[in-house]
Amino acid sequence: MFILIVGVGRVGSSVARSLLQEGHTVSCLDEDAESHARLEIGLEKSWEDLGGRYTVGTALEIEALEEAGIASADAFVAATDGDNTNLVVAQIAKRRFNVPTVIARILDPYRAEWYESQGVHTICPTRVAIDMLTSEVLQAAGGNGASRSGAGDPQAQE
Amino acid sequence: MGERMYVIVVGAGKVGWNLARELLDKGHEVTLLENNRERFTTVEQELEHNVQYGDASELWVLERAGISRADMVIAVTGDDEDNVLICQVAKEKYLCERTIARVNNPRNKQWFELLGVKPVVSATDLILRLIEHEVPEYGLVHLLDLPEQHLEIIEMLLPDDSKAAGVRVGDLQMPDGSLLISILREGSGFVPGPDTVLEAGDEILAVLDPTVEEDLTAYFGPDGASASST
Repeated sequence: MFILIVGVGRVGSSVARSLLQEGHTVSCLDEDAESHARLEIGLEKSWEDLGGRYTVGTALEIEALEEAGIASADAFVAATDGDNTNLVVAQIAKRRFNVPTVIARILDPYRAEWYESQGVHTICPTRVAIDMLTSEVLQAAGGNGASRSGAGDPQAQE
Repeated sequence: MGERMYVIVVGAGKVGWNLARELLDKGHEVTLLENNRERFTTVEQELEHNVQYGDASELWVLERAGISRADMVIAVTGDDEDNVLICQVAKEKYLCERTIARVNNPRNKQWFELLGVKPVVSATDLILRLIEHEVPEYGLVHLLDLPEQHLEIIEMLLPDDSKAAGVRVGDLQMPDGSLLISILREGSGFVPGPDTVLEAGDEILAVLDPTVEEDLTAYFGPDGASASST
């Protein structure tokens, strides 16, 4: 697969490395040229020597998207640090360039949910954290049995 | 003033603040949203309860502002991504039929169209349009654009060596899809008849399909010049 990743932060760079190591062709786009170094964390060779592509430019610039290869991308990942940028660029990838698989990283759970229902595939790390924290708390509390005061424990009130 | 509207204005910069004030003066109900605390405090001194603090990209902020009953949402922040998404959500999630979005970078205009957000206002485009008006050599001036209907009305100055100078209106062979509607000559305008003869220096008004714009420019343009556009 040819995968285009926009936004080379902690998430984008790690996803890029994993996919490259899985044997896919990976192209990255970021407005900050310094982000290239992040891509190479833990790599023995340079990103380019390993077959990776890298373009400096902003996500809404059509020339930058084209240079990064959006027209032939099989999959597109929007992982910049801005929800709004991710939502706009994901819709550009889908509607303008007909990229078959488009995924956007969205921190705001409410908008992630609504855009998901509108056909924009979203991944919401905040939602994942909320669900994990909630279930961890419930599990831990369940394991400990009744609450210390008895208040707020539904079983204690029965 | 027509009926009283409830308008949500996003972004309390110079544009948003003045807009909110004008709308309030005209008797409309307005909520202005601003996500910069300092700016909010400044604006609140004048607009009081008509301004709310919050990031309108977040759905609950729009909901708290009463978006479900808003007649119009106007997004005029300095950030094009914010403006386009706020209007998209207003339209598609909250079914607010009327939105107006500001485009800061004219190159982003295509993305507003792609996401179905219209109309848009771009100060840069407006100024370019005024330059066109002030500099007639620029060729053709758009007076009215109706992109949905595939129609526009333009004004064009016939140059000294115009191929159409000296031609009877009845003998004109204008491109299909265009029609001459009036002539401005020596300060007055009139609707030409078939015997009217065009003169160099005439300003013509024409209605046309935008796709024949270049043909029209070439037809009324300088003799011998090929179709060219600026």
